[in-house]
Amino acid sequence: MTLESIPDELIRLAVALVALMAFIAANGIMLLYVERKVAGHVQRRPGPFEVGPHGLFQALADAGKLVGKQLSTPAGADPLLFWIAPLMAFMPVPLMFIAVPFGQNLWGLETNLGIVLILSFAGFNVLALCLAGWASNNKWSLLGAARAVAQAVAYEIPLLLSVLAVALMTGSLDLRVIVAHQGGWPWQWNVAVQPLAFFIYFVCSVAETNRAPFDLPEAESELTAGVHTEYSGMGNGIIFLAEYANMLVVSCVATVLFLGGFNGPILPGPWWFLAKMYLLVTLIIFMRWTYPRVRFDQLLNLSWRWLTPLALANLLLTAFFAKLWGGA
Amino acid sequence: MGLFAVFGAALSGLKSMTVGLKVTGTNFFKPQETVHYPRQEVDTLSTFRGHIELVCTDENKLAPRCVGCGLCAELCPSNCIRVDTREPSPAACDTARHPVPTPLIAVPKFRTTPPDLAPVAREVTGYHLTYHTCSLCGLCVQNCPAGAIRFSSNVYFAGMSRGAFEIDLIARLRVQADKRGREQ
Amino acid sequence: MNFIPAANPCSGLEGDFYAQRFALEAHEDSLILNMGPQHPSTHGVLRVILEMDGEYILRCEPVLGYIHRMHEAMGQNRAYVQYFANMGRVDYLHALAWNWAWAGAVERLAGIEVPARAQFIRVICTELNRINSHLLWWGAYLLDLGAVTPIMYAFEDRERIMDILQEPTGSRLTYSSFRFGGVVADISSDFVRRARALIARMPERLAMYHELVTGNAILRGRLEDVGVVDQAMARRYGATGPVLRGSGVAYDVRRAEPYGVYDQFDFAIPVQDAGDSMARYQVRMDEIETSLAIIGQALDGLPEGHFMNPDAPRGKWTPPVGESYFAVEGARGKIGIYLASDGSDTPYRVKLRSPSLSNLSLFPELAKGTLLSDAVAILGSLDLVIPEIDR
Repeated sequence: MTLESIPDELIRLAVALVALMAFIAANGIMLLYVERKVAGHVQRRPGPFEVGPHGLFQALADAGKLVGKQLSTPAGADPLLFWIAPLMAFMPVPLMFIAVPFGQNLWGLETNLGIVLILSFAGFNVLALCLAGWASNNKWSLLGAARAVAQAVAYEIPLLLSVLAVALMTGSLDLRVIVAHQGGWPWQWNVAVQPLAFFIYFVCSVAETNRAPFDLPEAESELTAGVHTEYSGMGNGIIFLAEYANMLVVSCVATVLFLGGFNGPILPGPWWFLAKMYLLVTLIIFMRWTYPRVRFDQLLNLSWRWLTPLALANLLLTAFFAKLWGGA
Repeated sequence: MGLFAVFGAALSGLKSMTVGLKVTGTNFFKPQETVHYPRQEVDTLSTFRGHIELVCTDENKLAPRCVGCGLCAELCPSNCIRVDTREPSPAACDTARHPVPTPLIAVPKFRTTPPDLAPVAREVTGYHLTYHTCSLCGLCVQNCPAGAIRFSSNVYFAGMSRGAFEIDLIARLRVQADKRGREQ
Repeated sequence: MNFIPAANPCSGLEGDFYAQRFALEAHEDSLILNMGPQHPSTHGVLRVILEMDGEYILRCEPVLGYIHRMHEAMGQNRAYVQYFANMGRVDYLHALAWNWAWAGAVERLAGIEVPARAQFIRVICTELNRINSHLLWWGAYLLDLGAVTPIMYAFEDRERIMDILQEPTGSRLTYSSFRFGGVVADISSDFVRRARALIARMPERLAMYHELVTGNAILRGRLEDVGVVDQAMARRYGATGPVLRGSGVAYDVRRAEPYGVYDQFDFAIPVQDAGDSMARYQVRMDEIETSLAIIGQALDGLPEGHFMNPDAPRGKWTPPVGESYFAVEGARGKIGIYLASDGSDTPYRVKLRSPSLSNLSLFPELAKGTLLSDAVAILGSLDLVIPEIDR
């Protein structure tokens, strides 16, 4: 088997996966640091400071610590399910990234169903949390898992509907086509045409990634770490990494769908993509340190009674105008 | 509630969200409140109670003002203080009485003794504080008739064992006298 | 719902003594959980056994005693003046109120007079301590609700107040700086200057807190109509302090049984009628402003004189035989000390009435049928300090 006989797509996919794994790992480290520094400065304290200059190596030290801890399975826990859960939380993450176009030619998988791929793999996270909560043999984890499942199911629907509105408007589920449909300037982005869809998408994505103010499944002050309570060492580490990567994925998708993707004046595309993505990530991080937690029934109310009807209305309006002005 | 009121409430709720972000955002750019110990230290510790220490007399920096009455040990709620004394020699009792040092706090009327019955100070051979049971209540400091105890500024005090917190205050006085002697 | 009483009481039931007896009346298919004693939101070592149906609490029972330190027994074994150290530790957040209660009880028993300047110093320091306590309550309450930032802002203000209070008392938290007949040290002009600067600074800080938190829609959703205590219920359980005033009863010990020189100050008692957690929250925030007003008036009218009655007894002494009761308004409610003396140099009996115990007794009835998140919100709104409950 020669190098020429390997299909191009496979090579591209392999290279993309390796690059994405490095991207995810590097971002995990960096976002951990950025989150703690942002938290620190919002609270007028330094954040990490000792390890490395201004605490730059803190995340490395944390990673080293997590790797070095004993992987203990709690008594009475189902070891197979218990240890599958963090792996399942992490597994879909690189798969979600391969469909995202980072630049004109920077994508992993050529598919015209990019959105469907991403949204379907996002559902694995819920299953992972459910397994983690159940298999921990801990009532608090069980409560966290129940909350996680209900929350994820509730918020997936408005997410889908808002994404569908954009797809309907563009006429394709292919992420590259959606980016090509937008221009470089803010008034040429989809958010100028679909602000409500962007808002709904943003709120739903924060809820899907279990970030504050929707972080009930891991509510520290009520459930003492909820779903993650029983995980030690790298089990915890992988779940955290998956959470940060999920945050990145939803920001990537938001950038592609609503903020013009890699289009932008002067600078080459990927820099604009990264800039927009990190802007959203920073906003999500800031929101964590600003708002208290929503109560569970209010969370579900928000989804079922506000976001879903609004997303439906948005979708209908989009369909109407798309038909009116020649679209899909 | 009418539909407009519902939407109005939702919009004002959203507005409160942005206001919250504005507050945290402005605080993000304000200077830190933290004092980076040990590179920086706070300068407001002069009134903070450290463990007690003995006060020296005006004439002799090595001699504590303590007259060995044991009131501090008696009053301590946690029995932290141990005062070792020697009874004054009969010769000392006959010769001129030591003047009672001026106490730092006004002596209540029912406690003053007539001058000719003023007691002679005992000789203090040891003064030990068990700091790890001390609650810094200050009863010893405030009730010492000789004004021999005060709170120190030794607040950055850390040790690896309980023994480190059993402090010999006479030795401490000696060390302080040495330091002051060397400074002069 | 069917009751399934265990055939053999407590055998086969999981848990310890309390959990087993609690499980005796368990409903079918319910989950029995221990919240605490190690839990981020119970403000001390409080254990609450919960019986839950999914997220809803069917029944709950607080179990106390995890930090019982025998303060009342110590009261019988200590000389009167030695007990001040204990008073600082009963409720460490409003230590000066307990100091005052003890000093007041003994002064009332023995007829010791307190000079005017000492009275004013007591008022100023106790009100500063009250503001400290409320700021910490505010920060910790929001921490329970999931907002991590406000506690840091509150602690910044607390640092300033602690620096001010450090000067006359020498401590930052567990003050034992009252004595019979006055206080331990005088306040200087520097103290007065810094206190006035604090009074000038606080309104904008409080405005920021209201902007960030009180007006926040999520917080309102968490607190409004949660844990509604009506007047009858509050009276039934003997609730005092902001819990009672949040239910519409304008009872404040500083007005009802004035002590010190509180009758010389003009201040309004904050009262809210709704009785929910938001009302209690609002009462405490208003109380911070009331305390600032009192401190301002006290600084304006500060007389010269002794900070301690020179004729007051010091050291170990024997008060007359008798009994006395003295109540003060603490940050959590009505602090009461009952003292019985038998003429020896240690008290015969010291009874500490802690407001948090009465406030906690509301909790089982309040939490019935609520969500777990609501239970956390209610516990926080009651402002409990568990060491004060267990003493």
